Amino acid sequence: MTAYQRATVHGWLLLLPAMSCLALFTHWPAVASIIDSFYSTPRPRRPSRFIGLDNYEAMIADPIFWRALVNNFWFAVGTIPLSIGLAILMAIWVNDRIKGQSLVRMAYFTPTILPMIAVANIWLFFFTPQYGLIEQVVQLFGGNATNWLGSGDTALFAVIVVAVWKEAGFFMIFYLAALQGISPSLGEAAAIEGASRWYYFRRVLFPLLMPTTLFVLINAMINAFRMVDHIVVMTKGGPDNATILLLYYIYQVGFSFWDTAYAATLTCVLLALLAIIAFVQYGWLERRIHYR
Amino acid sequence: MAAVELRGVTKAWGETRAVDNISFRVEPGHLVALLGPSGCGKSTTLRLIAGLEEASDGVIRIADRDVTHAPPAGRGIAMVFQNYALFPHLTVAENIIFGLRVRALDKAERDARLKEAATILGLGKLLDRKPSQLSGGQQQRVALGRAIVARAPVCLMDEPLSNLDAQLRVEMRREIRDLQRRLGITMVYVTHDQVEAMTMADQVILMREGKIEQDGSPADLYERPETIFVARFVGAPPMNVTPLAGLAGAEAAWPAPPDGLPRERAALGVRAEHLDIVEGGLPADIVAVEYLGGETLVEASLGSHRVIARRPGKIAARQGERIGLHVPEGAAHWFDMSNGRRLSGPA
Ligand SMILES: Nc1ncnc2c1ncn2[C@@H]1O[C@H](COP(=O)(O)OP(=O)(O)OP(=O)(O)O)[C@@H](O)[C@H]1O
Ligand SMILES: [Mg+2]
Repeated sequence: MTAYQRATVHGWLLLLPAMSCLALFTHWPAVASIIDSFYSTPRPRRPSRFIGLDNYEAMIADPIFWRALVNNFWFAVGTIPLSIGLAILMAIWVNDRIKGQSLVRMAYFTPTILPMIAVANIWLFFFTPQYGLIEQVVQLFGGNATNWLGSGDTALFAVIVVAVWKEAGFFMIFYLAALQGISPSLGEAAAIEGASRWYYFRRVLFPLLMPTTLFVLINAMINAFRMVDHIVVMTKGGPDNATILLLYYIYQVGFSFWDTAYAATLTCVLLALLAIIAFVQYGWLERRIHYR
Repeated sequence: MAAVELRGVTKAWGETRAVDNISFRVEPGHLVALLGPSGCGKSTTLRLIAGLEEASDGVIRIADRDVTHAPPAGRGIAMVFQNYALFPHLTVAENIIFGLRVRALDKAERDARLKEAATILGLGKLLDRKPSQLSGGQQQRVALGRAIVARAPVCLMDEPLSNLDAQLRVEMRREIRDLQRRLGITMVYVTHDQVEAMTMADQVILMREGKIEQDGSPADLYERPETIFVARFVGAPPMNVTPLAGLAGAEAAWPAPPDGLPRERAALGVRAEHLDIVEGGLPADIVAVEYLGGETLVEASLGSHRVIARRPGKIAARQGERIGLHVPEGAAHWFDMSNGRRLSGPA
């Protein structure tokens, strides 16, 4: 064996563990889901058989599927711009030379290191009717009592707030890193020219942060379809499916109703959605962004 | 036209005093060069004038208005940064007119000023490029353009030519100087290149470790250096400054120190072009001979000291040869070694 061949074999051997894990736990399940979605769910007396697009027809007729999709849309609309906006604000604030800088950074970052289950439990307490923190504050100012998680009108909003709280600190870290790569003399040059802070942000900082924003945006989109832990803890999709999200619905169908074929069908929809998002963002947005 | 005046200005970061109680005045329409070695506080002084740093102490006045606590935009200044500070996502044209956009000047005026600046700086073909597609020298010219179009009465420049090649630098020096005269701009110009300072400036301020060593015209600095440091910093080759103590034979051959300066504390300064090579002068051994075409530099050792004589034309001298050095009457500058200050010398 020549040295070159040996290096090649070594290279593949080093890649093998990670590759086999990736194939086994990511690629294969995705492919299997697509195949399963064309079969019926196996029952004790009726083994699964090929049924073509029947599962998809059932899905289109399923009002809860549509409810989950719409909820997911609003969840994305509610969380993504808000968490990105907050992240930028916090990053700029923390990037300035302020007293107790590292403490503030830590404080903003803390929600990110907490497990989502713990976060959800903390917020469960905040949202508790009558005794919860929010209710106590509202009552202090003489507001009306609201059952934030128990009412169909406010439940989705409540879980959006939790997601934003959790995500903004994480995105802030990326913006902070990007900001530290921008020379402070740009800000000084703008200040000498008389640019206000807002003008400087709009015309200089924000365009320079665009690559970061693209990256964060993709992450935020994916998270919007991926985040269900706090739904499990806080609302279980209720009340009356007001907070049901696509992934949570898949979990319900697959592991509460054991309708695995239908769950596979829903999974295919989720995969398709994520693929489209990634495709649009990398293909289209990337070309419109300045890279140094 | 606006004067710039600093009075007792200090900038301290904790224990370090980057700028230490300096005072000077730049007359309206003058160009002053802030000169000094690296880390002496030139940039800091400039940033204090610009308002990018807050003075720890002292008063800064621009156009007879106290601006010590005014924001940078309220001082009527333009500035060229040491690292250019160009906006990487904007084209050259957008970079140049950035400030005009901020001030919402109308498009015709913006275009006119852009065109003028582009012509002066030779940037015409580059206006649509991004800064990353420019060489260092081109970036520097864009930064200059941004300062030119601002038409501010005071312009601050932090080593604006340090990245240009020798020829372009000479051209740009002249351009900047012309422009500054024509528009009547008061300019504070930071440089560590003494040739640049001497050729361009009406007034040179030589700094060292946050303090002003000397503030005067280029001729003052060259002909009447106030300290040994100035004498050695200005001029190429630097002034020969030789302590008299232990210089055998100097009593007879060289001028005596002025009254009140004991021999053991005296240092004699003499410019290379004033140092004569004569029969019967103070004996010295030639260490090196540098023939430069129009003149020759002769480096010789006097005991443990080295001195350089600059003689016109080509002279017949070789390494190792023994020569005599003579200091003519009136060419001697006397310094007190105990504090490095000038005592007397040619007026
Ligand atoms: N932000 C700062 N904090 C602490 N010390 C500083 C700061 N900025 C500058 N200094 C110190 O102040 C001194 C003067 O710095 P300055 O940048 O004014 O030097 P300079 O004369 O412009 O040098 P150069 O020719 O290398 O640009 C230096 O010793 C530097 O270390
Ligand atoms: Mg500097």
